[in-house]
Amino acid sequence: MTTTVIKTENLTKRFGDFIAVDKISFEVHPGEIFGFLGANGAGKTTAMRMLCGLSIPSNGFATVAGYDVYKETEQIKKSIGYMSQKFSLYEDLTVTENIHFFGGIYGLSDKQIKEKSTELIQKLELEDQTKKLVKTLPLGWKQKLAFSVAIIHQPQIVFLDEPTGGVDPVTRRQFWDLIYDAADKGITVFVTTHYMDEAEYCHRVSIMVDGSIKALDSPSALKKQFSADSMDKVFYELARGAKRSDN
Amino acid sequence: MRTIKLLLQKEFRQIFRNKTLLPLIFIVPLVQLLILPLAADYEIKNISISVVDHDHSTYSRNLITTIISSGYFRLAGYDPSYNAAIHKVEHDKADLILEIPAGFEKTLVRESLEQLFIAVNAINGVKANIGGAYLSSIINNYNADLRAQWIQPVRFNSAPIIEITTSNWFNPFMNYNLFMVPGILAILITMVGGYMCALNIVKEKEIGTIEQINVTPIKKYHFILGKLIPFWVIGIVVFTFGLFIIGRLIYGIIPAGSILLLYAFLSIYLVALLGFGLLISTYSETQQQAMSIAFFFVMIFIMMSGLFTSIDSMPLWAKTIANLNPVTYFIEVMRMIVLKGSGFDDIKLHFLIIGIFAIFLNGWAVMNYKKTS
Repeated sequence: MTTTVIKTENLTKRFGDFIAVDKISFEVHPGEIFGFLGANGAGKTTAMRMLCGLSIPSNGFATVAGYDVYKETEQIKKSIGYMSQKFSLYEDLTVTENIHFFGGIYGLSDKQIKEKSTELIQKLELEDQTKKLVKTLPLGWKQKLAFSVAIIHQPQIVFLDEPTGGVDPVTRRQFWDLIYDAADKGITVFVTTHYMDEAEYCHRVSIMVDGSIKALDSPSALKKQFSADSMDKVFYELARGAKRSDN
Repeated sequence: MRTIKLLLQKEFRQIFRNKTLLPLIFIVPLVQLLILPLAADYEIKNISISVVDHDHSTYSRNLITTIISSGYFRLAGYDPSYNAAIHKVEHDKADLILEIPAGFEKTLVRESLEQLFIAVNAINGVKANIGGAYLSSIINNYNADLRAQWIQPVRFNSAPIIEITTSNWFNPFMNYNLFMVPGILAILITMVGGYMCALNIVKEKEIGTIEQINVTPIKKYHFILGKLIPFWVIGIVVFTFGLFIIGRLIYGIIPAGSILLLYAFLSIYLVALLGFGLLISTYSETQQQAMSIAFFFVMIFIMMSGLFTSIDSMPLWAKTIANLNPVTYFIEVMRMIVLKGSGFDDIKLHFLIIGIFAIFLNGWAVMNYKKTS
């Protein structure tokens, strides 16, 4: 393994005349928790979709887990996990069925799935809920379960697209405990969020404004650089000049 | 293979867990098959007839009795004049007026010739046409009976008579159920297959789970097969219920031809149909869009499939559309095998065409599917 797990150089995505992502370059190291910040419409989701192999870049270069985002999307898909705010699990399947389905899709054997799911259910304290449909679970539990399912196959990287949107503070803390656990096991975490307290938990954060990365460093270094006492101020400093934000 | 197995398992679980959709798939088509053939019956009965009898003779009364006892007509009443009768037609109380002139009996006996007047309410064209024809034929019969009474059998008849005898092949009793049930079953399969498949895929788009699937190592063809196979199986099951439970037990329809051949055609037809559903799903983002598109086409498919009206009597442009409609071939094959007992040789061309439909629709859908993701 190289020391970078994600590497992009001038990665660009255009939709007609609109440049959604404009020449972004960065590196993410193994085991790192990388915060990918930006206002709504800054191009975070588009950038993430390119890295996940869902969208072909217009220009530039990028590798994920050592695979090229143009040609080796199938290999990328085997090496990553993905979880988003809105959807991740099948709401009309039970907890166990979801675990079984996604585990199987990622090529885990039935025995592995069984081990993993017992472990996972114990950790999330879902023992009484295994036969319940996912839609009956509270949002916080759903998100924790979705994250655990997204890393069930021990991917090199897990992409989290606003995983804690709409989740209460206590559950958010528990969610971040899970993220730290995963990072300790060597899974690189690539996470987008709008919560600046969460940005503080990241090892490094990048802030996107109007399609380009305007800042990239550890939270403490960024605070120093912008002589701000919180990430909130740093973000505000950078994002208020944005032309594309919708607020 | 394991991926497809997992996808099928997931799909069937979701389908059987959907308490709203499940009856829609399995129960509704069968109920429709029970109800629709009864309504889709061209046999015209209960035609209201108003009689204006100026003659009041034995002959005229005999004629009226003959007409009423035929079973097709219902006497709406006797009217003193044509004007009174037309009033009834205007108020929709009568469909037909039969006017018998004064001196009907006398003229008929003396001159062996008399005229009757029939007026028909043509707002419902089919009813008017058939009602008029029934009435004419009853009067003709009555006329022939009279002649037979009057004329002693002679060695040679001065007026040669051509008597026409018809025999109805394949459906000797002209039973409409026999004709309609296979056709309606074909339509129901089309609706269940086409709609359900399109809606199911679009639903995954709408709630976003397709995105989750797209970041996993599931291949496109896995996903597509995982969607098509369940609905293919459901199509076969619904067809089997319709053919054996409703068709055989309720309507007493036993296919004259090979059931195996029927299923062989159904299998290919379903592939074509599900390809159509898949195609719709690639063009829609929401279930509402998919439903609207599917509704538009299914409407045309039904109307221009030869289910209700004969394709041969359509204008050329309509015939062209009917020939581009996969449902046309399925209905034809259904009727040919079920009623006529046609063999593979007779429907070779149908097999070929439906095969082309299957390849074309699925090919288009798969190409379009790749582009959109």
